This record gives sequence, C-alpha cells and structure tokens, in this order.
Amino acid sequence: MWHARLSRAHGSEFDPLLRAAGGVILGKERPIRLAVACMLAGGHLLIEDLPGVGKTTLAHVLARLFGLDFRRIQFTSDMLPADVIGASIYHRQGGEFIFHPGPVFSQLVLADEVNRATPKTQSALLEAMEEQQVTVEGETRPLPRPFFVIATQNPDSQLGTFPLPESQLDRFLMRISVGYPDRDAERELLSGRDRRELIAETQPMLGQEELLALQQKVQSVHASEALIAYVQNILAHTRSTPEITHGLSPRAGQALLRAARAWALLDGRDAVLPEDVQAVFPGVAGHRLQGSDSPDGRTSPEALLRDVAIP
Amino acid sequence: MTIRRHRECVSNQTLAWLLGGLGLVMAPHALHVPLWLTATVIACGCLRYVLSRRGERLPGRTIRLLGVIAGTSAIYLSYGTILGLDAGVALLCLMASFKLLEMRTRRDVLVALLLGYFLIATHLIYAQTLLTVVYLLVTVWALTTLLITTQKADDGSRPLAHTRLAATMLAQALPIMVILFVLFPRVPGPLWSMPDDAYVAMTGLSDEMSPGSISEISQSDEVALRAEFAGDPPPRPQRYWRGPVLSDYDGRTWAQAGSSAAGPPEVLALTNATDYTITLEPHNKPWLLTLDIATGVDRAARFDAAHQLEQENPVRERIRYQARSVLQYQLGETLSGAARNHYTQLPDDAHPRSRELARTWRQEQTDDAELIEHGLGHFRREPFTYTLQPPRLDGDSIDEFLFGTRSGFCEHFAAAFTVLMRAAGIPARVVTGYLGGRMNPAGDYMIVRQSDAHAWVEVWLEGDGWRRVDPTGYVAPDRIEQGLAGALPQEALVPRGAFEGNGLRQHLSLRWDAINAYWNRWVLAYSPALQQHLMDRLNLGSWQRVALAIAASMALALAGLATLILRRSRQRPMDPAAAAWQRFCSRLARHGLHRRPDEGPRDFARRAAARWPTQADAIDAIAQRYGALRYGRRGGKQELRALHLAIRRLRLNS
Repeated sequence: MWHARLSRAHGSEFDPLLRAAGGVILGKERPIRLAVACMLAGGHLLIEDLPGVGKTTLAHVLARLFGLDFRRIQFTSDMLPADVIGASIYHRQGGEFIFHPGPVFSQLVLADEVNRATPKTQSALLEAMEEQQVTVEGETRPLPRPFFVIATQNPDSQLGTFPLPESQLDRFLMRISVGYPDRDAERELLSGRDRRELIAETQPMLGQEELLALQQKVQSVHASEALIAYVQNILAHTRSTPEITHGLSPRAGQALLRAARAWALLDGRDAVLPEDVQAVFPGVAGHRLQGSDSPDGRTSPEALLRDVAIP
Repeated sequence: MTIRRHRECVSNQTLAWLLGGLGLVMAPHALHVPLWLTATVIACGCLRYVLSRRGERLPGRTIRLLGVIAGTSAIYLSYGTILGLDAGVALLCLMASFKLLEMRTRRDVLVALLLGYFLIATHLIYAQTLLTVVYLLVTVWALTTLLITTQKADDGSRPLAHTRLAATMLAQALPIMVILFVLFPRVPGPLWSMPDDAYVAMTGLSDEMSPGSISEISQSDEVALRAEFAGDPPPRPQRYWRGPVLSDYDGRTWAQAGSSAAGPPEVLALTNATDYTITLEPHNKPWLLTLDIATGVDRAARFDAAHQLEQENPVRERIRYQARSVLQYQLGETLSGAARNHYTQLPDDAHPRSRELARTWRQEQTDDAELIEHGLGHFRREPFTYTLQPPRLDGDSIDEFLFGTRSGFCEHFAAAFTVLMRAAGIPARVVTGYLGGRMNPAGDYMIVRQSDAHAWVEVWLEGDGWRRVDPTGYVAPDRIEQGLAGALPQEALVPRGAFEGNGLRQHLSLRWDAINAYWNRWVLAYSPALQQHLMDRLNLGSWQRVALAIAASMALALAGLATLILRRSRQRPMDPAAAAWQRFCSRLARHGLHRRPDEGPRDFARRAAARWPTQADAIDAIAQRYGALRYGRRGGKQELRALHLAIRRLRLNS
C-alpha cells in the first residue's frame, strides 16, 4: 500500500523514535534522521565534527533506542589492532589460549577520533566493518548482528593524525556533520538536565530483531524506473564534471539508492521520491567525491544536485 | 614553420576502412579504365597501408611530383588527351589514389573523402541503371560512415559503429533530394557535352542491311523498346515494329533511300486504331519504332516517303512517346513513275540466275498477286532452312543463297525475295524492325529485345498499295508464331531472353525488368519537357515561383525533420503521468511559479502550497498522485484519470 505523505502531517511509525532522540540531542533533527537512515540501510556512519557537539551522545542515544549494546573506542596513535578486535591470551588454569574479544564485538561501536590511530589499526576496524567478521590467529569470528559503527573524525587537528584514505572512506555509507546547535536548542541544553541522565532514562523503542527486519524492509522499498533514471543522471553528472577527479562508482550508486530507500522508509513510504535521493546525496557522496570540497562550493554535492534535472 | 601534426592522422584501422571505402567507390571504373590504371590505384592503396602499418614515412614531394607527371603522361598516351570525359575520370581516379600517399592530416582525409563523393557522381556518366544507383547509394553510405568516423574525436572507434548514424543522416537528406530532383530546373541535355564516340556501343538496327547484319543483332539480349498498350496487345503475328525502310540496293547491301521530296503515303485504316506508349532505348539513330503501321505520334517526328518515322536528332537518351497504329491498313494507293523505277531498280549485272528465275515466274503468272504468292511458295517448296549461323556468301550473295546454300536468317530471305520481286517487275522494298515482343506480366507491358530484330518485305500492288509479306514465315512459320527461340530450338547462340519459359529465372528476370521499367519511366525519363509539363500543371510558370516552391518545400521538409528529431530526443515514450505533471508545472509557471529542473514533486508542491494557501490541499493531492504514479509501485488508469481531473479542477488566482 502506498503511504504518500508529502507533508509530515500524518507522521510515520518512526516518529516517536525520532522524537525521543530529538529530546536528548536538541535541534539536530536532520543528523539524527540521517544517522537512523544509515542504520536502517545497514551502513556505517562517519561523523566529521568538532569535539563536544554531541557525537557520542548521538551514538549512545541510538544504541539505547534500538536496544543495542554499545562500546566506545577512543583511538590513539599507540593503539594496536588487538586493542580493537581482541586477542588470545594464555590461560594458566586451563593451560590454553582463550580469545578475549575486543571492543569491536559490540552491536554499536563508537570509534572516536578514528584518524588518530595508525593506518594499521584503522584498517583492522575498517576490515571488520566491511566483512562483518574478525579473523584472529586463523580463526574467523562473526561480529554480532546488527553491527553498526559510528566513527568520528576531527577535521581541524591535522597534527599527528592519519586521515582515512579515500578507498577506506568508501566503507562508510554516509559522512555527516552535526554542527553547533541553534540558539533555542542551546538555551534548552544549558538550562536542561544532564544529557547522561536523559540517556540512562531512555527506553529502547525497537528490538534488535525489529531492526534487522527493518533493514530487510528497506531493500523492498520501491524505486521506479524514473527514479533509477534520476540516480543514473546524478552519477553521470558526477563523472562528467571536470572539477571532480573521479565520479561516483557503481558501488556509490548502490549506496545512494540504498540510503534513499531508508530515507523513504523513515518517512513512512514504500517508494522512493527524488527528494529522498536529494536528502541523502550530500551524506552519501560528500566523502566519495574528490574535489567536491573546493572552497568556492561550485562542486559541492548540493551544487551538483542543482545541475541534474529530475526526469 | 609548419608543424606536422601526426597525431591528427587516422589510425591504421580507420585507414584500412578508408582505403576499403574508396576502393568500393572506384571499383566500377575498373570496367572502362585501362588495366595499368587499375593496377596503379590498387598499388597506391596497398603502398599507403603498408607504409602506415610499418610506421614508415610517406613518399617525399619529389617522388609524388614524378608520380603525378608520369601518371598524367600515361593517361595522355592511353587516351590521346587529358581532357574529355573518359580521360578526366581516369585522371581523377589516379589523383585520388595519389592523394592517399600524401594523406597526413585530418584535412587530407577529408579531401580524400570529398574526392570520393565526386568520384561517385562520375559513375553516372557511364550507367544510370537502377542497380548502379543502388550501388552508388551504398557507397555514399559507406563514405558518410567514414566521414563520421574520421570526425569523431576518439579515433579508436570502429566505423561500423557509425553506420546507423550515417544511414539516419542520409535518410534525413532524402526529402531534400526528392525536392531538388523534382523542382530544381533541369538542363536540356547533359550538363557536359558528350563526345560522339560515347554512343558507339549502342546496339540496334542499322540504316544498312547486308547478309549477316540482323543475325548479329539477334545475338543481343538487350531491350530495344518497351510498349504499354491502352487496350489488349495485338496478337503475336501482328507484332511487327517498323524501323528503317531500305530500298537502295547495290547488289549486296540494302540502304535507306536518299531523302525525297515526296510526302508520306496516305494510310487508309481498315480496323480500329491501337493506342500504345513506347519507351525506346537509345540507339543513336534518328528513327522511332512503331507498330506497323502508325498513323500518328505525340513527338516531333515525321513520316518519310516510305512511311518511316524519323525525328531530327539521333535517339541518344531513352525516350517515351505515345503512338497510334492500325494493324489492317492500306498504304500508298498510288505510286509515281519515278518511285516505281526506284523500287524496281536492280544493279545491272547482279544476280543473273535469280533474274532468270523471276523471269520464268513472270512468264507463268500474269497477275502480280499470284506471282507474289508463287514466289513466297518457292521458299516452302524448295529445301530452305532458317538458321542464325548461315554459311558465308562470298560471291553473288543472292544467287548463292537461292541456288546454293539455301540456309539463311531473315535478312537473307527478305533480300532475296525483294530481288526476285524487283526482277519480276513488282515494286518491292526491305523493311527492318522487330517482330514479336513478350508481355511482362509483372508490369503489364511488352518487352521487345534486340533478339527480336527482323527484316521483311513490302511489295506494291496496283489498287492495293504496299503490302507486307514475310518470306521468313514460309520457311520458319514458328518465327512469327513463337519467336526466335521457337524457330531455332537447337541453336545455342540464341540469347537467354529470347527463350520464353515459365521457370523461376524467367519470372525473376521479368520482375527485374519491370522494376527497371518503372525506374526508367519515373526517374530517368523525367526530362526537362516533363518537368515543364509538371510545372505548368502545378502553376509554377515563372522561375520566381519555382524558386519560391523550392524554398517553401525545403523549409517544410526541414521543419518536419526538426520536429521529428526534437520529438525523438525527448523522453520517449513520454510517461503519461510525467506529461500531466509537466502540464501542471507549466500552468503554475504561467502564474509565475517556476519549477526548477532539479526540484522534486514534493518540494515543488510545498512551494506552490505556500504561494496558494487556499489551494494547498489540492496541490498536495496532485503532487501525491503524481508521486504515486511516477515513483510508486502501481499506477493504474484510474489514478491517471484522477491526476488529470485534479489538475483540471485546480483553480489558481494570480
């Protein structure tokens, strides 16, 4: 059945969840929505922002709302891969090696300041994200399902960091930034209660099983021929724009459509509208397009979208 | 300083295609240029390819200059000139192949290709048959494909990828071609003056007849004329097509009589007239053929004293004319004394034995008509045979034939009988032309071929006029009843078309002839006169009107093409929901709210709702329906109707 709700008047089944998250992270409706869409699409999220804008809080709230167990890894330059994925340690009593799972064996992992770690440690995490499993000492161990990584990067502090290479960035479905709250939200934040208390009070609104079912449902959201044509037009445009070194790959195209489907589902629809594609495009394409960060903004994802007509 | 831009030249692969294309263009010229020229052209092409393949330098300026001088000299030696049609075409072929050797830049490639187009046009000097034109169209297609290929930035693409585009472009040019063909003023005669020797090769009847001349023509399968009859075609024994009348005789050769002041003899029709249209193949002689015997034609031509139809100039192009004939007639009731002398004239010392025979006949028969019957019967009584390969007659041809070999073709019988009649004092003359013709069921017209060439006799009887008698019919009645193949079943030399069967091959060949006849009739026969006629009927008398008509029809054709292309370039087939949405958007645009091309239905609806708050629900509903139809899972006719209805009912106040 088609639930066409162009205006938000009727609301969708996700509205309580989004409202609950919005009650903790004030004035950040859109980043929350994108993060949830990212989760529904089964992708990982990269948040690029300054410390203290609520990245951790966002991750924490999402974990609570979906009833996921949550671990935070603070990346530092002296971190080893074993600190992320775990290691086998000799047990004297049993006289054998026993595997101690690392923090990555959680359903929602917050990888804080992932660009502070060495490339070796980074790639250990990123490989785990990609494969949904970890191989230690020849033994393959599956990661829990659902498995969701929110990594954060501090864009300003370049000293002593190892920025993620482009190929690794591709493993994140979306890259978003949270940004400062507006004045009203900030006042409420300052006058309101402690966020940690609020998180502790937050009750799960969806079970893990439900989340997995929703991820399945995302795949079945309809994308019509006209919409596919629009996505193709966008992809073709990124490839033919001279300022962009490499246009979006077919995998990026798939990611775009998957994210758009999740966005449509969040809106309570079973078909994708061009607006859904437009909504997720900056998040999906921003970190995949070299040259889209040019200072004049002529080739920003938003500008690229403006050049593509909707068929 | 000039910089050689090697990068601009074509790749080896494209070069191979290019050489192949130009080879295709020049190939038919191999039929009439000297062998050395064909060899040189092929050698130049191969040399160019090998040099490019190995990445070696092309020949230098000195070598090329020497080649040009040597080639031009060779053409001069072969043709005796470097001007004129044949030599000019040969020179063009040679220079085009030399051009290959200095083809360095893309511009050179362009020159070579344009030269190729010009070479294609030169083929029409030699042949204008349908098959030729089809071949030329194929070469035009090939060259256009190559032109596109060489113009494409990525030289690596295969020319075959562009055949479709080339075909499309040529198809788009077709209306313009037709307009120019029909309306562009045609020049009377060819644009260039053809040298006289261009017509030597045309086969057909001659203005002279000696033993062997008609049997020679009979070997040819070529079409002499085609005739379309208004009513039923005449029965086969009456299909005598009158050509030159020969009455001057020197003892061996019959020739046309010199011009006389006498007007045409009067014709008395004994039956209803037969109307028909003849398409006459060029034969380089002034006479026109008609069914025996014509009373009138719609062409500037006149009947001479022997009732032979002639026009002023030789027939050098295919012509079409309408004629009316009567098949039972009385021709030339009176004969002047001078004419009587002319038609009984025989060289004094020729044919003593024949004259003797005629004399004995004359002694036995006093009545002319009976003498003629008796004379014709002679060919049946005596063992005469009808053959395409008669023995040579070296001495007194008539005597030798009548009393010695006794085998001959129609000209032998006609000549001998005329001599006999003249010797008996009866005015007689030889008439040449064609006997027979086969109806083509595929086109409802009659084909008369050179193999139908025939000679017969006309004798003059007091009170009866000229009467046609055919001595061949007394030797080989089948010749008249069934045609040449029926009369000569064993002879292998009878040409293919003369056999009349019902096999598939005959069927196809007749069908092909019918197609060619249409081509001749509707395309090649479109002469200045016919164009003038058409212009008068279209009320395009003055050249200003013609120019206007060309301009107008061109504009129309181009506009039509433009619409077609524009429509095709749009989303096709346009989704009905998208069309309705577009209408909705343009309606809002007229009220000042323009949808950005990148604006989705929901965003636009939100903007529109803000602009027309009273209509917000209606606008929202339209956007919802459109979204459901275009992006949703199902879109039925009902929803589409609802969308149309919602858009129609929307009331906007600006």
